[in-house]
Amino acid sequence: MAKVLMKGNEAIAEAAIRSGCRHYFGYPITPQTEIAEYMAKRMPKIGGLCLQAESEIAAINMVLGASSAGVRVMTSSSSPGISLKSEGISYMVGSDLPCLILNVQRGGPGLGGIQPAQSDYYQATKANGHGDLHLIVLAPNSIQEAADCTSLAFDLGDKYRVPVMILADGALGQMMEPVEFSGNEKTELPEKPWATTGTGMKRKKNIINSLYMQPDELESSINERFKRYDVIEKNEVRYESYLAEDADIILVCYGITSRICKTAVGMARKEGIKAGIIRPITLWPYPKEALAKAAETASEFLVVELNKGQMTSDVKLAIECSRPVSFYGRTGGVMPTPEEILEQIRMIGGRIK
Amino acid sequence: MTTKILIAGFGGQGVLFAGKQIAKMGMDAGMKVSWLPSYGPEMRGGTANCSVIVSDEEIGSPIVNTPDILFSFNIQSFDKFEKSIKAGGILFADSSLISKKSTRADIKCVYVPATELASENELTGGANVIMLGKFIKETGLFAKDEFIEHMVSSIPSNKAKLIENNKKAFSIGYNYEEN
Repeated sequence: MAKVLMKGNEAIAEAAIRSGCRHYFGYPITPQTEIAEYMAKRMPKIGGLCLQAESEIAAINMVLGASSAGVRVMTSSSSPGISLKSEGISYMVGSDLPCLILNVQRGGPGLGGIQPAQSDYYQATKANGHGDLHLIVLAPNSIQEAADCTSLAFDLGDKYRVPVMILADGALGQMMEPVEFSGNEKTELPEKPWATTGTGMKRKKNIINSLYMQPDELESSINERFKRYDVIEKNEVRYESYLAEDADIILVCYGITSRICKTAVGMARKEGIKAGIIRPITLWPYPKEALAKAAETASEFLVVELNKGQMTSDVKLAIECSRPVSFYGRTGGVMPTPEEILEQIRMIGGRIK
Repeated sequence: MTTKILIAGFGGQGVLFAGKQIAKMGMDAGMKVSWLPSYGPEMRGGTANCSVIVSDEEIGSPIVNTPDILFSFNIQSFDKFEKSIKAGGILFADSSLISKKSTRADIKCVYVPATELASENELTGGANVIMLGKFIKETGLFAKDEFIEHMVSSIPSNKAKLIENNKKAFSIGYNYEEN
């Protein structure tokens, strides 16, 4: 199939359909409403279901129900709406149910604004709901990668029985770039013997539940899940390394911000400053080893995000504070320019000479 | 080569549409492209703009802060963005709506009374396409006929009048000469 020019929101919706997702539940919020619009157009034509719920809370619980029945299902929202979904997300983790949750981030806290932000990093990677839990969190930085991550998200969710989040932002959701879907077609989906599809009088009942009244039973269910998390941390880390091998200064950034950093790094290289980028594609599991390895040769790290420095602590932990880690970011919906980031790189370059 | 374009005006003037035509054409010509709109209240009549980048290299930041080319369709965007045009760049201004002239000597300024030309020719809403015509003439970024074909290819064939109007608007802009 030839390349088509699509908005990030539309490309994710199309990729979800091509990945076998036939159930979408959502509630409108800027800047991601094109997803629901796209699903509403396409789903009825292919025997799927697109339903606008009465609220975000209702939508995530519909996702829980659909996932229990074993189908590929997704919901999408933007920051304030994701907060509303947290309870349902936690219930899905506790019930070992896969799904795709898309957060097209906007500025917060509260209703915040509608312009692009990355200020839900902590929420996505540390506490998307109560309890001992993780989600797999993917952070694409182009429309093509957003489509590819959508397909990957469904596969990983089914494989490990965990909810997967794509953490995007308003710019990625709204911008258009060429995208090709050839790699995203799914014809056969994995078996789900745990799903509540009816026993047919042939097997024992399947029960989907997150309530355990006996502490030791709850503990062992959590321990079993954390064994899966260990496998995920071992096998599913994804990142991109850009000019990092010989770099004195490593920029750590993800999503749309990494695109701006790439331009800034190009400018720095022209000035003879050896800067490079390590870009986590999975924010959980986090590319700790790649960063630790980079710390063996690089002098300093610079984290760049559309927030007040939420990922800085993860970088410090990954490199065990062996190198200075500084931060530059804009927030509230403001995007930094490549020149602003270059200025930070120059400052670091000046002191490590 | 990388060409960074900023198209700005009021919501409803078709600035996003104009940007999309350039991006789509670039993609089909085998180039890397990105299109980033302003979104939100702008869509309901405030100021709207979009960043378009056409390049033969991988595109880093999709945001255009210092355009090579600025399309300005209202005084607000003229005041806001005219000073950000890169030296050697080109300004396309709708002189029906912008009475000011740029005082910059390091950029090329092209003034087209696009809104008046549109209404004189019963092409209301066609100022954006008139400006695209002038843009192709001045920059030669894409071949004229190929661009027109691409632009009308997204219009359903049962809307023959719309196709005709867009072609007409494009050629009015393409052939317009400043006095």
